[in-house]
Parts: sequence; structure tokens; C-alpha cells
Amino acid sequence: MATDLTVAEPLAATEKLPARRQKKQRPRWLAHTVLILGAVLMLYPLLWMISSSFKFTEDIFSQTGLVPERVTGQNYPDGWTALPHDFGHYILNSTVIVAGSIIGNLLACSLAAYAFARLEFRFKKFWFAVMLGTMMLPIHVVIVPQYILFQQLDWINTYWPLIVPKLLATDGFFVFLMVQFIRGIPKELDEAARIDGCGHWSIFWRIIIPLSVPALATTAIFTFIWTWNDFFSQLIFLTDPDMYTVPVALRTFVDATSQTPWGPVFAMSIVALAPVFGFFLAGQRYLVRGIATTGLK
Amino acid sequence: MSSTLDVSSRARSHDEAPRGAGQPVPRARRKKKDSGRYVAYLFLAPWFIGLLLITAGPIAASAYLAFTDYSLIGSPEWTGLDNFRRMFDDPRFYQSLKVTFIYVGVSVPLQLAFALFLAMILDRGLRGLALYRSIYYLPSLIGGSVAIAILWRQIFGAEGLLNGVLRFLGADNPPGWVSDPSYALGTLIILNVWTFGAPMVIFLAGLRQIPTMYYEAASLDGAGKVRQFLKVTLPLLSPIIFFNLVLQIIHAFQSFTQAFIVSGGTGGPADSTLFYTLYLYQRGFGNFDMGYASALAWVLLLIVGGLTAVNFIASKYWVFYGD
Repeated sequence: MATDLTVAEPLAATEKLPARRQKKQRPRWLAHTVLILGAVLMLYPLLWMISSSFKFTEDIFSQTGLVPERVTGQNYPDGWTALPHDFGHYILNSTVIVAGSIIGNLLACSLAAYAFARLEFRFKKFWFAVMLGTMMLPIHVVIVPQYILFQQLDWINTYWPLIVPKLLATDGFFVFLMVQFIRGIPKELDEAARIDGCGHWSIFWRIIIPLSVPALATTAIFTFIWTWNDFFSQLIFLTDPDMYTVPVALRTFVDATSQTPWGPVFAMSIVALAPVFGFFLAGQRYLVRGIATTGLK
Repeated sequence: MSSTLDVSSRARSHDEAPRGAGQPVPRARRKKKDSGRYVAYLFLAPWFIGLLLITAGPIAASAYLAFTDYSLIGSPEWTGLDNFRRMFDDPRFYQSLKVTFIYVGVSVPLQLAFALFLAMILDRGLRGLALYRSIYYLPSLIGGSVAIAILWRQIFGAEGLLNGVLRFLGADNPPGWVSDPSYALGTLIILNVWTFGAPMVIFLAGLRQIPTMYYEAASLDGAGKVRQFLKVTLPLLSPIIFFNLVLQIIHAFQSFTQAFIVSGGTGGPADSTLFYTLYLYQRGFGNFDMGYASALAWVLLLIVGGLTAVNFIASKYWVFYGD
């Protein structure tokens, strides 16, 4: 199966490789034409949204092109202040949850992964299978009891229901990703450290963690993007407008008013997507490795 | 999952290698192993607690709640099979099943077809591969976000981008796609197909692993491009097709945000975008009918689990694992 780390290598090497099967190929320009047309079609909605965020709302429908006839920057301040709180307030809420989730996933998932990759314990295969099973589990199946539990704890409308599960390594994807990565680290390094008197704890901190930086980066970037975009659990656990995150606040934009103010809405949608674009550009290498490793989105 | 099998067998060979080499097991090693067993539980402690409280516990709890009437006030009242009986008489339950199955059944095959098609074009060693790959992958990252769902609502609205283009092309009276029950689900299917980049990257990785010599041998034997695709590419790629299929089906079953935003939380027009998850949300967190929502959740679990199992069984007949 190509889902282990080895696929990262051929992927990374693809650019350098000359064409492998050259003979009797249709001309390259045909492939490029298809690819460029496809790319334009794929990206057009996004580009159009960016362009429309600088148009007057009344112009948006009539202008299907990418260059605004009349340019305005007013949508951004308008959108920023259109809801009960400044949009910055929602960004802050999202940031707290995202930061907590990243810290939680990095710590808890790498701890569990070390145990699965390097330690022996009873029913290890069984627990590993359970962990893989949780990757497949739709959150909708557990959301009702989770809600009841968090409600008993008085955690509804706090950050905790969204952060604590990450501190408990419930994102099986990242445990799996880290297990795969740690298995690729030569065991001789552990042995050497052990001879030097290191216990498991210091092997973990001094050998495994420093060598796992690429997998940790993948985990951090995916956690960022998924948590930042997550809507379902935030919609359920955060019902107080003071606690709204970016996606939940965005949603009230199109719900509250019958006539959607598209200009400001698009402006704030761009604000919501911008950090994802940023992380995407900065962390592409890790993202591609991540999906190639575990098949995640 | 095939990848897991592979993983565990690899792990085993790792562990056994030194012993297989005929070395006596040194005492230090044995001791270390014992302490390892104890240490392992420390490393796993957060995961075990999470499994108990966040995953397995709630699954068990919702199994119990499914047989009760519970609205968050007071305590759950045992009602036996009532929730399931109600379900059988509930037209919206059937509607949500129908919508979800159409959505999954149409969008996943299309998505995988696009993914495979583009992966094969990209696999020809073209210049700019990294750039193309990034562009095609980007929608996968944001396809489930509220911002994109809002964009979709505009694009396919009566006064939207699509109709702007259609009017420009001369269409008189194009429908308001998201507000028309016959088209609304189609717009969500398009959205899911749009996110074909993630399976595409996985296909691409798989295609790079097919040795060139197979193609050379096939073309020496006079096989054309189509035959090469059918007899070399498809069989050798089938484990990856299978992997993508299982993942994307599970993923599509969980779609929620798109339908929620596009329909304003109602699943409308005329329940035409009432995803199963959306219906579950409405019952659980709109009506606070926690018992019924738990029953729905369990049915979802059985459907997704059952489909995955069927997939695995069927895979024996079409997935090719080499020697």
C-alpha cells in the first residue's frame, strides 16, 4: 500500500524526474491546456469572491468578471463591524480554540503514538485497531452524549468542550500519522540513548520528538485548518454570541438578514479564509506528506 | 484497512528481527520490556481517558439513550423501541436517508473519477506539477468551511454568479438553483466533487509507484493506451482506489456544513438538502429530542459501519494486492 511514508519521497522527487514514459505521447501542450483550463475553472469561484469583496453589493450580481468596474474598500470595515461584536472578537475566540487544539494534539497524540510505535503492552494490536476505528467514527454518533456530559460539567459556552478532547488524543488521524512516522525513525537511536542511560521519557523528549518535527508540523497545520474551519461542534457547544467563533459568526450573516449584504459578507469570508491560505502556502510540503500518509483531507 | 494490515506486519518484523538473528535475549532487555509495559500505560493515559470519556463512553451512552425519551430536563425515561418505531413512520427520516444516499452515491464516484483522471494527466512528468497539484488540492482544504458554503449560496442563487453567466450567454429565465428543490442537492454534489484534490494527491502517489517496466512490457506486447489503463493501471492502483473510496464515502456521509448554510439550517427547499446529519442536528439540538437523536445516531453508525464492511467484502473481488 502506498499509504506509508515512502510515498513522500517519490512525490518530492517528481519534479526532478524526467518524463518516464515519453514515447508516443500526445503533445504536452494538450495536457497543459486541459490542466490550465481545469485550474481556472476550479479557482474562478474563489477569485471571483476576492474580487467581489471589493465591489459594491449592488454590482456583484451584474459583474461576473474578475475586474471590478467600481472599486471600494468599504466592505471590509462594514463587515468587520456588522455583527454585535467586532469581527476581531470572533477571530480571538477561534484563535484560543485553535491554539488549545494544536497544543493538545501535538502533546497527546505524540505520547500515544510513541507507545504504539515503540513500547510493548497487552493487547497492543487490539488497542491499535480501536484507535483506527475511532478515525472512522462520525462525530455525529457521539455528539449527543458529549453534549450531555459537557452540560453536566457546565462547559457549554466555554472553550473546554472544543479543547479538552484534543488534550485526550481523540483525533486518531494524528496518532496514526505519528505512529507511521516514528516507525520510520531508526531504532538504533533509541538503543544508543538507552545505553547512555536514558529512560523512555527522555528518549521520547530528546530523540523522538526532535526527529519528528516534520510529522508534528503536519499535525499542527492540519489541526489549525480543521479546527479553524470546523463548524458542527462549534455550532453546538457555543450558542452564546459572546463565544461565537469565526464560522459561527459568519453563519449569522446570511441567516439574520433576509437580504444578504454580499459585499461585506464576502469581505469577512475572505478574512475567514485568509489564514487557511497562509498556512497552505507556508506548509504545503507537510500537507502533501500528510494526505499521502493517511489519506486525510 | 489494507494500510493497517501492512503497518502491523511491518511493525512485527521490526520487533522480531533481533531475536530472529539468534541472539540470546539479554537480561537487560527483558527488564526493559517489563518496565516498558508499565510505562506504555503512562504514555497512553490521555488516549485511554479520551477513549473512555469522549469516544467509547458516548457510543455506549447513546445506545442507552436511543431507548429513552430525554429532553435534557429531568432524567431519561425508558421507552423501549418507541424511538425506532417512530423512525419507521417518520417521512423526514426517509427523506434524509434518500438525500444522503443520492449525495454520497453521485458525488463520491464523480469525485474519484475526476481525481483519477487528473492524477493520470499529472503523472506524465509535466513541468509545474507542484503548482498544479497545489491548485487542485486547495478546494479540499476549504470545501467544508462556512465561507465556501456561503459563496456557493451566492453562486447558485437566483441572483448569483452562475445565473449572471447564463444570462450573459442568453438564457432567459434560469432557475434559482439553491431555492429550487430539483436542483438544490445538485449544487451540493458539485461542491463535493470540487474537492477532488485530496484523493487526487493520493492517486498521484500511487501512480508514481507503478513500475515503468509494466507499461513497457505491455506496449511490447502490443497493448494500446486503453488496454494498458485497464490491464496495468487499474489493477495495480486498485488498493488505492479502494482506500479512497472507503474514506470518501465515510467523509461524504458526515457532510453537514454545506447543507446547513445553503439551506439556512432547514434542509430545504422542500427538504431536498436534508442531509442525515442535518436532520439529526435538528432533532437533537433544535427540538432537544435527545432520545430520538441518539437512535438516529446509532442508525447512522450502523449504516456507515455496514457500508464499510460491504466495501471490504466486495474488495476481495476487485482489489488486487500483487503477489
